[in-house]
Amino acid sequence: MFIPHTDADRESMLAAIGKKDLNELFDVVPEKYRFPKLNLQPGLTEPEVTFLLDEISSANLSLDHTACFTGAGAYHHYIPAAIDNLISRGDFYTAYTPYQPEISQGTLQAVYEYQSLMARLTGMEAANASHYDGATACAEAGVLAYHQYHGKRKKILVSAGLHPHYLLTLKTYLQDFDGMQIECPKATSLDEISPEKLEEKIDMDTALVLVQYPDFFGQIQDFSELAKAVHEKGALLCVCINPIALGLLKTPGEMGADIVVGEGQPLGIPLSYGGPYLGIFTTRKELIRKVSGRIVGETVDNRGQRAYVLTLTAREQHIRREKATSNICSNQSLNALTAAIYLSLLGRDGLRAVAKLCYDKAHYAAKEISKIHGYRILNQRPFFHEFVVSCPQPPSDINQHLLDHGMIGGYDLSEEYPMLGNAMLIAVTEMINKEDIDDLCEMLKEGEHHGRH
Amino acid sequence: MDATEKTIFELSATGRKGFRFPSSDVPSSDLPESLQRKDLPLPELSEVDVVRHYTRLSRLNYSLDNGMYPLGSCTMKYNPKICEKAARISAFANLHPLQPIESVQGAVLILYEMQIILQEISGFPACSLTPAAGAQGEFGGVKMIAASLRDRGETQRKIMLIPDSAHGTNPASSVMSGFECLAVRTDERGNIDLNDLTSKCNERLAGIMITNPNTLGLFDENIVEVIRIVHQAGGLVYGDGANMNALLGIVKPAELGFDVMHFNLHKTFATPHGGGGPGAGAICCTEQLKAYLPGPIADILEEATEEVPPLYGYRMPEKSIGMLRSFWGHFGIIVRAYCYCMMLGAEGLRRVAEYATLNANYLMEALKQDYPLPYDRTCMHEFVLDVKWPDAPGIRALDVAKRLMDYKFHPPTNYFPLIVHEALMIEPTETESKETLDDFIKAMKTIAREARENPELLHQAPTETPFGRMDEVKAARDLKIAE
Repeated sequence: MFIPHTDADRESMLAAIGKKDLNELFDVVPEKYRFPKLNLQPGLTEPEVTFLLDEISSANLSLDHTACFTGAGAYHHYIPAAIDNLISRGDFYTAYTPYQPEISQGTLQAVYEYQSLMARLTGMEAANASHYDGATACAEAGVLAYHQYHGKRKKILVSAGLHPHYLLTLKTYLQDFDGMQIECPKATSLDEISPEKLEEKIDMDTALVLVQYPDFFGQIQDFSELAKAVHEKGALLCVCINPIALGLLKTPGEMGADIVVGEGQPLGIPLSYGGPYLGIFTTRKELIRKVSGRIVGETVDNRGQRAYVLTLTAREQHIRREKATSNICSNQSLNALTAAIYLSLLGRDGLRAVAKLCYDKAHYAAKEISKIHGYRILNQRPFFHEFVVSCPQPPSDINQHLLDHGMIGGYDLSEEYPMLGNAMLIAVTEMINKEDIDDLCEMLKEGEHHGRH
Repeated sequence: MDATEKTIFELSATGRKGFRFPSSDVPSSDLPESLQRKDLPLPELSEVDVVRHYTRLSRLNYSLDNGMYPLGSCTMKYNPKICEKAARISAFANLHPLQPIESVQGAVLILYEMQIILQEISGFPACSLTPAAGAQGEFGGVKMIAASLRDRGETQRKIMLIPDSAHGTNPASSVMSGFECLAVRTDERGNIDLNDLTSKCNERLAGIMITNPNTLGLFDENIVEVIRIVHQAGGLVYGDGANMNALLGIVKPAELGFDVMHFNLHKTFATPHGGGGPGAGAICCTEQLKAYLPGPIADILEEATEEVPPLYGYRMPEKSIGMLRSFWGHFGIIVRAYCYCMMLGAEGLRRVAEYATLNANYLMEALKQDYPLPYDRTCMHEFVLDVKWPDAPGIRALDVAKRLMDYKFHPPTNYFPLIVHEALMIEPTETESKETLDDFIKAMKTIAREARENPELLHQAPTETPFGRMDEVKAARDLKIAE
């Protein structure tokens, strides 16, 4: 199918290289291990594989037909039709990394525009060409902070409001690396997740303070005072954002953040069961040479045309090898392009509009849910499009009930955050109608009467 | 003609709209003023503007759908269109990663079966699909070695051996896992130098990272002996699967004695490179190391009965090095790779390695008449030329690479591996036809002639492309990376 050789091609090519058959190409492989049997099924034709994948996918419940109240780091947003049309152009998605700028200006300029958009969105001055996802962007912020202090500051202070997967990923990257310690003060309630609580823990050994905005539980808090406290101790502040929320919210740049990271999936990237996503990474200008990953910069070509190239490559593994700032090689170029197209289409008004829709719908949902007997909203502070509901039953039971009625409930917090009791995290995006919210409330009421306990 | 495309900021006009959301069906809620941003400096364009802008940009790119990409160690093979369609099936693309497990059984089944396919190809009994890319696979695999050594109480083992032909990610990943790197020499046949290796194996040895076939495109003739020496010294053997395209159905790394390896799904399994990502990685390993795999890993939680299919779900390996990223891995990429593997089957996979190797040898045989070939023996899927002509001393690999663009080819990887000074590393892959290879040979031979007769053509190249050579110094000096 994808190998174009005719029998005649093969024979003439073998003759040209003086081999009698294809097997002879592999004489160098120890005979004992050569040509093992692969216990795999025979290959399928395109119609057959189409049928197979349709059949497999039928065991999944697509959000096309389902109201989804789960967020927790991945959000169901509308994706404008123009996006898939553009990123499906072979010129974009079948291109390689733009190491040859003369024939890669499409990718390079798109990434430059992406960097500019991310800098503007986050209120920062500089951005890289992206990391893998929100979690690895957090980890790379830790790596940056480690290098910033030449490994002399050993502590990374993390808010309990950080996404649990991000914390785990940060630990995989840095816990115990050259004595680094990740400290995440435990919180027994949402109220305890506050910048004031973190301020107490910052000391001269702290390299980085990492907070989330809105945090994992949806809470919005101003980190301006925290930024001052962090800087007084000579450390760096990293704020992990949701890009849609920044359609409305004060930017981390205005608050004094040194690094902004975040999950870029909400910017037109399909949920795709968890990946591939987009790791946003922006900084103050002074830090850019410490940033890992690819960076695109403006220049001119030898004909005097404005153009773009991968720049500051001396930081990277293919040049610096063991002295590189990180081992990262690829970026999420096609997803960065997606985000750039999304923001270009929505523009100033569109991003504000989607953010406001999410905000209003979430607040309507919270208000309605709080009216149901036994349900309580645990968020005391302002929240964006996600909030924590204390439930009268185990969330898993409620979610089963909702699923039986074709609805995806909130994210069950009870295992990872037992101190919150029977709590679920509910996200509401613009994809949810008032009717969905009213249906959800009806079902929660029903569950109350027919609950299993 | 000026090929410059305006930026989206230059195309913006106040008040223009490219997309509208429905009006709200719920009451408006207030957000405290102090939490609101002052300004939102995003561009304003119509949908037409946006589509034309990015369409024009796309035309400034070279791409696989456009022509051959003989990039060594990058495995730029054709990306089948059905795999793109597969990833866009609504019940794959529109799944939330945290939906109840009962509502995503098809998705977890794909992850589970992909693990099995990679285990079968590599010969290893365990697999994790969580790495976001090859480099993350390496990092995870090397961390697993570190964790197992710690459990063995052998924390003095700090040295990771890395052949001088290795990818830059190898030493970078090792350092991030707390190891010190030590280079091992390559011998005159392009193998790991056994004497140098033996002299560096001692009680501080943690392991070795081997790319086999290596970046010279050569299968190490002493691979079994190399692995034996490292194991005997108490070290573990990491396999960099960047060049796995040459080994599908040819040999299983586990049977050669490797302990842990990574795959690059975007190389070996034809998922698109996307202009620099997203790709996807995977790690396979031995029984002894599997408890350390990054997770979560797809598994059967409840076996099937006569009436009910099995319940698929996740588990974290007991001593896992942890999570490498959020959620379960690059599912959208894994679906494409799964689709590709199902279409190829066992026989098709072996054909990939056979024809990739045939194509490389065919090119090598034809080009070695005109270009110095530092390691002259049957290659695997790629080979390396050294652009050093006594009668054209001013010509460098870069000049040949740039001139190739004028003949409508993407240049090969150049200046890598580092042990060949003027390296052109050429990997045609199995998806290029004899006709395309013949055209490439013709272009390369023409360039070799031009190098002697009219070297300025090479120094000035490319001239037939929309853009010429770039001022890289200016880009770094006048750093402008956002506007």
